[in-house]
Parts: sequence; structure tokens; C-alpha cells
Amino acid sequence: MANREARLAAIRTAFPEGGGVVELPGGDLQTFRVDRRVLPDLARHLKDDPALDFKLLLDVCGVDYPAREERFEVVYHLTSLTHGHRVRLKVAVREGDAVVPSVYGVWKAADWFEREAFDMFGVRFEGHPNLKRILCHPAFQGHALRKDYDPGQRWLLREGEQDEPAWAKEAQENEDHFETQVLNIGPSHPATHGTLRTVVRLDGELITKAETEIGYLHRCFEKMSETHTWNQVIPYTDRLNYCSAMMNGVGYALAVESMLGVEAPPRAQVIRLILSELSRIMDHIVDVGANLNDVGAMTPFLYMYQAREELYSVLEACCGSRLTMSYVRIGGLSADTPPDFEDSVRYLLRRIPKLVDDMETLITENRIFRGRTEGVGAISAEDAVDWGWTGPCLRATGVAYDVRKAYPYLAYDTYDFKVPIAHAGDTYARYLVRVEELRQSLRIVEQALERLEPGPVIVDNHNVALPPKEEVYTEMESLIWHFKLIMEGMKVPAGEKYGYTEAANGELGYYIVSDGGGKPYRIKVRPPCFAIFQAFPHILEGHMVADTVAIMSSLNIIAGELDR
Amino acid sequence: MITRDVVVCDAKPLRLVQRLYLVEIVKGLAVTLRHFLGNLFARKYTVTVEWPEVKREYSERLRGRHILLTREDGSPRCVACYMCEEACPAECIHIEAEDVSTSPTIEFEKRPKVFTIDLLRCVYCGFCVDACPKEAIVMSRVLEMAFASREEAVVGLDQLLQKGPTETLNLGYRPYYGAPRSRIELPIPVKASARTGAEG
Repeated sequence: MANREARLAAIRTAFPEGGGVVELPGGDLQTFRVDRRVLPDLARHLKDDPALDFKLLLDVCGVDYPAREERFEVVYHLTSLTHGHRVRLKVAVREGDAVVPSVYGVWKAADWFEREAFDMFGVRFEGHPNLKRILCHPAFQGHALRKDYDPGQRWLLREGEQDEPAWAKEAQENEDHFETQVLNIGPSHPATHGTLRTVVRLDGELITKAETEIGYLHRCFEKMSETHTWNQVIPYTDRLNYCSAMMNGVGYALAVESMLGVEAPPRAQVIRLILSELSRIMDHIVDVGANLNDVGAMTPFLYMYQAREELYSVLEACCGSRLTMSYVRIGGLSADTPPDFEDSVRYLLRRIPKLVDDMETLITENRIFRGRTEGVGAISAEDAVDWGWTGPCLRATGVAYDVRKAYPYLAYDTYDFKVPIAHAGDTYARYLVRVEELRQSLRIVEQALERLEPGPVIVDNHNVALPPKEEVYTEMESLIWHFKLIMEGMKVPAGEKYGYTEAANGELGYYIVSDGGGKPYRIKVRPPCFAIFQAFPHILEGHMVADTVAIMSSLNIIAGELDR
Repeated sequence: MITRDVVVCDAKPLRLVQRLYLVEIVKGLAVTLRHFLGNLFARKYTVTVEWPEVKREYSERLRGRHILLTREDGSPRCVACYMCEEACPAECIHIEAEDVSTSPTIEFEKRPKVFTIDLLRCVYCGFCVDACPKEAIVMSRVLEMAFASREEAVVGLDQLLQKGPTETLNLGYRPYYGAPRSRIELPIPVKASARTGAEG
């Protein structure tokens, strides 16, 4: 069901005019202003009405408008996997009475997202089972993303104020009168590939309860982007998913470009696509390699890293950095590719399949590896959607949802590739899906190379992109454009946009609000990892301790993205 | 929306020969032995470098430690316009200008009295290079930086200014004119005669 009227009519059957649901005009998505009293009923209706069928809650976030009477706005982004449509809900609350009913009972995906909105804005979610800070330390004071919170504020946080789940403090005995044990897995453990703390209760070797704490790598991406110009946010996006930095920048640039109404030149689009797919390959290499390494197979990990090393050399030649690329600019790219770019990518297209084949020979039909991963960390398709999963982890449960197919960007619909799916939903299925996706990405890159035509790589619009250097050095007018862009930043028209792309872990969303100034008013990232890892402690229950590492890396833990 | 253009890659049941380990072990050993011998003798695909004895050639766009270029008379090209300070997302550049418009021999009005970069804050994004209207700040290919204290990492004019012809400076990321300079060598070359970098 594609059109707005039909969706509105389906909502109006349960919520007639004046029933607390108001449709807002215009916008990039159909938006409804919802009275908080009807929110739980509306959420249930949106999920269960077959004409609406919003099964996937993508994002819950807060926005602060100090000038308004109802200061805080809680924004929900929903999508339907069967109809393919999306809506945005907005609930506005006053500062003195910032309480919103939790939708955790409808979509489990709201769990961590609501905690984050509470942490950052102080909006309480009534009925949330575990409402406490998530990204900031428990001893942190104030709410960091409120507009009146000083970005330079520092707090001294001591170790004694460590967060501890309530159940971990009380001693418990199992039925054989043995005392159970509470164990910290992480935050700094080789298998956490970053920093992630999971508190587990053990009955022997069996995990009976678990809770995950994140935030160790929190570096206020969203607050910092409010104090920087639109282009200056790009180096920050590199550090979200550092295994595939290119895709974060591309997703951000596409969202801002659509707000500006500009489009990158064709050559820039193709290069973005090629490097995005190469980044996806690198990300899957890291993930599969790390997963194998964690379960004890070091050799294929090193074979895969050969390919990654050479991929990084291509990126280094393009933009000058291997990991934190900062190659994308709003409106295009910072520089053209080197002359032998195509040759080296073709070389990689020949080289990578051989390394993947070698790895598959060692692993895919390996009885030990299969015994270690099959049935471990399994999740059903319904649960995965309920938790807000996207990307390869969701596709491993049998749901063939891929943003590149469902909502094509960068002309993905004109490329011939398939979406790999598996049905078991376990660690082995996630491995199989990632390996096949890696091969499909190689196919896309091969086709994209054919379309690489010479041309400019950045728009010729000096309100957005810096003028060419030789003009800046010689012409007064170009120098003025240059000066204005650097000093004031580009002006993005006031409005809001939810831009989404398929990153290596799933749907990477940027909810961007602009007030027409040179700096973003609010940027909310919807990191795919975040939704996946809120289900992690629940998956763990009933597994052995040794299985945690296999599950953790097969879900692809990227702490930079998780904690922002 | 759910797509139908899928390839299903469910787990296949193991065949008897795969359950028996033995054939699979031989097949696996053949792969590892091929890689082992290749890395031992041919070294065609070896990507590891025996650093620091051997260094690899970096791309000509590598964003390393900053350099302030000079004019032919040895004075800094920088005119203290604050553009790089403004463009820096990490806020690691600090400039204090000095008015030199009274001097009859100098054609520029300002020059930097203080120009410091906190190399520990810097994220090496290259935005300062893009912002500079005089091609005064560029980046070198020097990546190996170690400091004994935080204060030492804040480098001033004395360490940033580089005199001499640009060919000797091991230049990395510079303003982009249209003709791409960088080249890619794959597989990554392993060279014993590596460049040592400007800092020796």
C-alpha cells in the first residue's frame, strides 16, 4: 500500500479525527503527531492492522526544542516489511511532565532506544522494564543532548559507581543447593572486539540470566555534530563503524544531499558505490575472520586479512587514509581516484575469490566448526524483526529485507545481484549469509567498474562544495565562496529527513533536523548494531559461557557504532 | 519491503566423507601447505612487512604529519587567515596573527606569530589542507610520531615549517588540482630499500 491517503484511512478506522492523531503536512515521510495518551493503542494498531503492518520499529529518539511550550519531541520511525511503507510518529511533551508510555510491550526494539532517549533528554518512558542510563555513566549528571547542556562540561566519574544489575547483587541457589555465580564478561576481553560488558549469572557453565552494558566507547557523536558544520561531521561518521567507514559517510552525505536538493555527479556515485561494496567486503572479512578466530580457527582469519590489507591499500591511494577515510564530501568526493584505480580493483576481483575459496575449503563443511556454531545463538524471524534487527543477521533468519533492493539508492536497482538468505538464524547461518553476500558484492563491483566514466567527482555548486583550488588561488570570487563555506558552512534548508542506507550490519539511518543554519540542529544515528545487541543478553540465556564469544562476533560487534 | 530476488544458502547436511575427518584434513592441509610454501619462497602475495627494518611505500595522498611550506625567501606561506583553524573538526590548530603590513619589504599583511597543532588531538582528516587558500599547510607521509609527554605533542612553527625544495619533503596529502597523482601497487610491494621518512 503505497499512498498516504490509504494509510491515513487505515489509521482513522480506529482513531477518528480528533482522537489524538494528527497528520502533519509535507515532509520526507508521512508524519503523525500523536497524543501520548493514545500512543500505546496506536502502536498496537499500527503493528496489528494488516493494512498497515508496521512490524519493524527502526528508531526512537528525542529532539529538544527549548523555545516550544512542549519542549521535547519523541520521534518514532516505523517500517512495514510486507508493504514497504514508512511512517514517523511524534509525541511532544512538556519539560515538567516529560513522561511517555513505553512501547516496549509492542516492539521489543524500543528497549535500548527508549533508554537512550531517557539518558540523553530525561524523557521518562512509563512501563519500560529497565529504564536507566545506557550510554552515559550512572554517575553522570544532567542530560547531554538537551540544548542547554554545555558541550564542554566534564564530570569526574569514579569506579565505585559502577552500574550493577539488581539481580546480580542477590545470592541465589540452584535446585541442587549450589550457589550460582555472577560473572563479568568484558568490558575488555579479546572476544569483545571493542568494549562491551555482559554480566551473566552462571549455573555451572550455563548462563541463566544476562545483561549487557554498553557506553564504554561513547564519545558524544550526536552532541559534537551539533557544534560542527555539516561537512565537519564526516570525520566523525568514519568512526561509527570503523570497519567500513566509507558506508557511514555515504549514508550521511546522501541524506544531507537530499535535504539540499543536490546530487553527486555520476562518476562520484559510481565510485561511492564501488568503495561502499569494497567496504562491505572488508566488514564481512573482519566479521567472519574474527568469528573464526574466536572459535579457534586462526588460519582462515589471516587469509582473509590478506584481502583486507590490499583493499585498504586501494582506499589509501584514493583518499590518503586506511581506516578513517573522510573521502566523502557533501556533493561528491574529496578527490578523484588514481589513474590505475580500475586495474587495481580488477586485480582484487580476481584475488579475493581465491582467498574466500581457501577459507571456505577450510571452514564451511568443517565438522568441528559446524558443531561449534550450528544451533548456537539461534533466533526466530519474528523475534529478530521484533527486536529491530536488519542486515545479514536478519537475513540469516529468512527475512529477505535489504535496503539496496527495497529502497534503491546509488542506482542499486540497475545492478544484477541477489540477496542471500538462510533460515536457521544461528551463528552458522549468519556465517553463510555473510560469505555469500561478500561474493555478491564482488559481482556488483564488477558491474560498476564498467560504468565508471570520466567526469567531475563533486558538484559545481559553490553553496555546497569548495571551488577548485586553482580558482581559489587566482580568482577573487572563488576565494569569497571558499571563505564563506569554510567560515560559515553550507546552509541546509530547514526541515527534517530520515536517510537510510544498507550498511554492513544492516540499516544505517540518519535522522537529521536542520534549522536552516550552518550547523545541524540534531543528528540521530540509527546504528544497526545497537538494535542487534539489545537482543544479545536474551539470546545468551540457556547457552554455555564459551558460546558467548561465538555469538558475540557473529552478530558483528562494532563498539564504535554501538556507543557512538 | 521483502525482496524475492534471493539466493538461499541454508546449511547442507554433511556427507559421510566429510564426517570422517580424514579426507577433509588432507584437503585442509593442502590449502595451508600451499599458503605456507608461497609465503616461504615465492612471496608474491605476502602482505606483511618486517617493520621497522622494512617500510612500505605509502600512497602519495597519505595524510600524515603536517608541514607548513615556505616561500622562496624562507618566510612562511601562511598569512594567518584562520581558515584551517576554523575548518578543523578536532579543534587542534591554534593561530595567533602578527601584523606585518608596516614592513616595506613584505607584500602580505599578516603572518602567524604562533601556529601550533596538537598532534594528539588531530584526527588527520586533511580538512586544513582543503581549507588553506595559500597552499601553506600540507601533509607529509610521516606516520611514526611518538611523544614523551602531552606538551611535546603540541608542535609549533619551529617544527612545522619546512624549508627546501618540495621534492625532498616526503609530501603526502596536498591540494587536489584535477590530475590524480597517486598510484596503487598491488600486491603490496615489499622493499628492503624503503624510504626512511623525513624524521629519519
